[in-house]
Amino acid sequence: MKKSIFLCLFMLAVMMVLTAGPAVAAPPVKIGALFSVTGPASFLGEPERNTAQMVADDINRSGGINGRKVQLIVYDTQGDATKAVQAANRLIKDDKVSAIIGPSITGDTMAVIPVVEKAGIPLISCAAGIKITEPVKKWVFKTAQNDSLAVSRIYEYMQKNRINKVALLTVSDSFGSSGREQLVMQAKAFGIQIISNETYGPKDTDMTAQLTKIRGTGAQAIICWGTNPGPAVVARNTRQLGLKIPLFMSHGVSSRKFIELAGNAAEGISLPSGRVLVANLLPSSDRQKKNLLKYKRDYMKRFGTEGDHFGGHAWDAMMLLKTAIEKGGDSPAAIRSQLEGIRNFSGIGGIFSFSPQDHAGLTKDAFVLVQVKKKNWVLMK
Amino acid sequence: MEAFGEIFQYILSGFSTGAIYALIGFGFAVIYNSTGIINFAQGEFVMLGGLATIFFINMNFPLPVSVIFAIATATLTGVVFERLAIRPLKNATPLNLVLITIGASILIRGGAMLMWGKDTHVLPSFSGSDPIYIADATILPQHLWIFSITVLIIAASRMFFNRSITGKAMRACAYNREAAGLVGIDVKKMVLFSFIISSAIGSLAGIIIAPLTMSSYDVGVMLGLKGFCAAIIGGMSNGAGTVIGGLLLGILESLGAGFISASYKDAIAFIILLLILFFRPEGIFRKDETERV
Amino acid sequence: MTEAKRDILGFLLFAAAVLIAPFFFADSYILNVLVFVGINTLLAVALNLLLGFAGQISLGHAAFFGLGAYISGVMTAAHSFDPWLAMLIAAVSTGVAAFIIGFPILKLKGHYLAMATLGFGIIVYIVFNETVDLTGGPSGLPGIPNLSLGEFSFDNDIKNFYLIWAFTLLAMRISLNLYRSRIGRALRAIHDSEVAARVAGVNVKNLKVQIFTMSAVISALAGSLYAHTMTFISPASFGFNFSVELVTMVIIGGLGSVYGSFMGAAILTLLPEFLRIFHDYDIIVYGLLLILIIMFMPGGLAGGFRTALERLSRSRKQGAD
Repeated sequence: MKKSIFLCLFMLAVMMVLTAGPAVAAPPVKIGALFSVTGPASFLGEPERNTAQMVADDINRSGGINGRKVQLIVYDTQGDATKAVQAANRLIKDDKVSAIIGPSITGDTMAVIPVVEKAGIPLISCAAGIKITEPVKKWVFKTAQNDSLAVSRIYEYMQKNRINKVALLTVSDSFGSSGREQLVMQAKAFGIQIISNETYGPKDTDMTAQLTKIRGTGAQAIICWGTNPGPAVVARNTRQLGLKIPLFMSHGVSSRKFIELAGNAAEGISLPSGRVLVANLLPSSDRQKKNLLKYKRDYMKRFGTEGDHFGGHAWDAMMLLKTAIEKGGDSPAAIRSQLEGIRNFSGIGGIFSFSPQDHAGLTKDAFVLVQVKKKNWVLMK
Repeated sequence: MEAFGEIFQYILSGFSTGAIYALIGFGFAVIYNSTGIINFAQGEFVMLGGLATIFFINMNFPLPVSVIFAIATATLTGVVFERLAIRPLKNATPLNLVLITIGASILIRGGAMLMWGKDTHVLPSFSGSDPIYIADATILPQHLWIFSITVLIIAASRMFFNRSITGKAMRACAYNREAAGLVGIDVKKMVLFSFIISSAIGSLAGIIIAPLTMSSYDVGVMLGLKGFCAAIIGGMSNGAGTVIGGLLLGILESLGAGFISASYKDAIAFIILLLILFFRPEGIFRKDETERV
Repeated sequence: MTEAKRDILGFLLFAAAVLIAPFFFADSYILNVLVFVGINTLLAVALNLLLGFAGQISLGHAAFFGLGAYISGVMTAAHSFDPWLAMLIAAVSTGVAAFIIGFPILKLKGHYLAMATLGFGIIVYIVFNETVDLTGGPSGLPGIPNLSLGEFSFDNDIKNFYLIWAFTLLAMRISLNLYRSRIGRALRAIHDSEVAARVAGVNVKNLKVQIFTMSAVISALAGSLYAHTMTFISPASFGFNFSVELVTMVIIGGLGSVYGSFMGAAILTLLPEFLRIFHDYDIIVYGLLLILIIMFMPGGLAGGFRTALERLSRSRKQGAD
């Protein structure tokens, strides 16, 4: 008797497993990611990879997308266009992903675009270059704010404060050259005259030569466009030379790290930044504030450092995909058309509104001007 | 007057970067002269010096102790490298030696990346960061450290190579390894010594510049190459030649950045390298030191 | 004569294996990787002419690869030249450049030659990076058209596979022939002892420059093919690291071995795929592999095979005399 009850129970258990099996094993939603986790742009790729993984785990913990788990497949591009293309092909042909986020840098993205356009797989790039979505490409979106928006922010401020002679000092990598292009292009519209246009190498350790040259030109302000550690060296060299004119930088260094690197020399430097940097200073009416604080808290808890806006690009890309897949399922074509229809999505980088004419989705409101005061970032008016 | 002030600043800036190139180049020359190897991992010792010092300081050791520990770390790496990868090689071609040192540099860089992450780290200045004015130009207290340590190292090594038995034995190896072996000099030991000296000097260079340039796992590559240019200009000498080579390179780079184009600053360094190699492969100081072509 | 036949037979077998490879990987990304294996083999074969046959180090070969890619890319993307014409111009002008710098550079030996070629490579890289108006600078140059024959455009992996491997097989065949020719023997003589070669009446200087030029031209062709396959190029692909990677391919495969170059190129191109399991540790594994291979297999994979072959051909030659 006992035996037969046991047997019945066993059969029941087997049947439950068998029937429940397919439900549990609903095929996961496959999302591919290409980040430059190693190589010169690892300062972008690493927080992006971490963030994407964190978001994927969060989604899975709270039941997945429409009950389906998310499977995130990350490949490292090492900032090398050839490797990016190989990895993109692998994601599309072998892993059969529904969409791809990344790559981290403009060069890798431009190399991957022909591949995804041909295969018809949506790509949400985390790189800033304006060329990525201008002209609009059918399958390509991006979450990193365009350099042009950051430039407008600075120029607007300068126009208001009657600064009209500026010197540029930009790094000779894709971030710097893209920023330089925008700085030169927009200057005229804001009545600004560029009287010195210098560059430095990504690994340079002394910029006093360029700054000495700038000192002789009578510029009213310096705009330095680069990512750590170059701008920190520029800040220190400016102080060493006793240059008293205001120093503006790009969103490339909007992190606590910059203040740590530049030390006292960071004092008084202004730059356009995503809101994540100053999340706690935002008025509570700010629509992004809640997400920003949560993102920073989660990132700190899991990785022990402060989440920055680079990681934010990956957060935005993942959440945009989630939104699109929730609405239209995970076929690449559906994701693409749903992405194009997203309006007023409140992310880390800003409020996204995509349209068939705009695959970048942000306005210059995505940036606020911040300044270093007493070793802290404060909002500028 | 204004222009003079500018030129003076260029020269002063060039002087300080040049001193670093000289120290790094010096490390190259020491190994090259006793082994005939161009050690592409030299720049990694520079990186190790800076990062290890920051690491020990963060463990709350005082600066001087951290510096000593850091030099020890780099030197140990140099010894391990020599023992495991250089000594076992017999009759290796220059090509294989080049590749093996490149392999070592990739390995050391990778190790540093895992150990200290990909971020840039700062080392506080040894004695403040208030600029010192010389006429219209400025330098930092750290530059004075760089100058004086460079002078000290060069002087000490001159003494070592000219006076001490070991130093003379190493020079003998540089002139002729086989003959040195025949007169009873332990050539293998001398090779090991050269790796010790050069990794220690390299790491010291990395330590004294870290407060100015900051440090991360990948700073070694370009610094190493520049140091090499300095050594070539100076004719691969163990002494003043490399110092003058380094200073010349630093000043030309700085003037080039000021008057020609900052974008091509690194190109200027390598064009000088090519010109020297094409027209005076024995360095610009023709007569002195060994005849190595 | 049987040996010549064996050579032809071996080559035909290899070519046949290459030609049928796509049928096994038709729908896989492996096919895409094999396209790059083709380009890298072409480059390794070119560099092997210099490194393996003439014994001259180059740590700047990525520059010639880059010159080919950029001349092709700029002419077609910005000035709408015909891709084939651009490819020809790229090969010829890179050849001329190599010929000119070949004379002073190849006077140097050993480590000095290594440093000079390295310096040349870095200068060319800086020029790609800084001439933004021409090359697009660090952000790269998009919009390079695919190669095409009339209406037939080489616009997918399988077409590019056959296009590139046609060039690669041709270069391998030429290399194999060269190796067996009088020039090949002269080159090997330079490798063994330059003085002896000179005494035996070989014009060492001219021969070295000629082979340097030829190597550069083939590398430039590989560059053009790369540009038209990728349709996008950026300076980062042509830096010092890639030069080192190319030398590593040749060394791993074995100096002087044409098939070794293929093996080296295949291994290094596929390596990142295997190293992915090490995640961020891959850089360490790569460095370690490089050291270990050189320490324990200084002759590369084809090393043993080649020495045997060489001995065979030497004894044959002695027999003929």
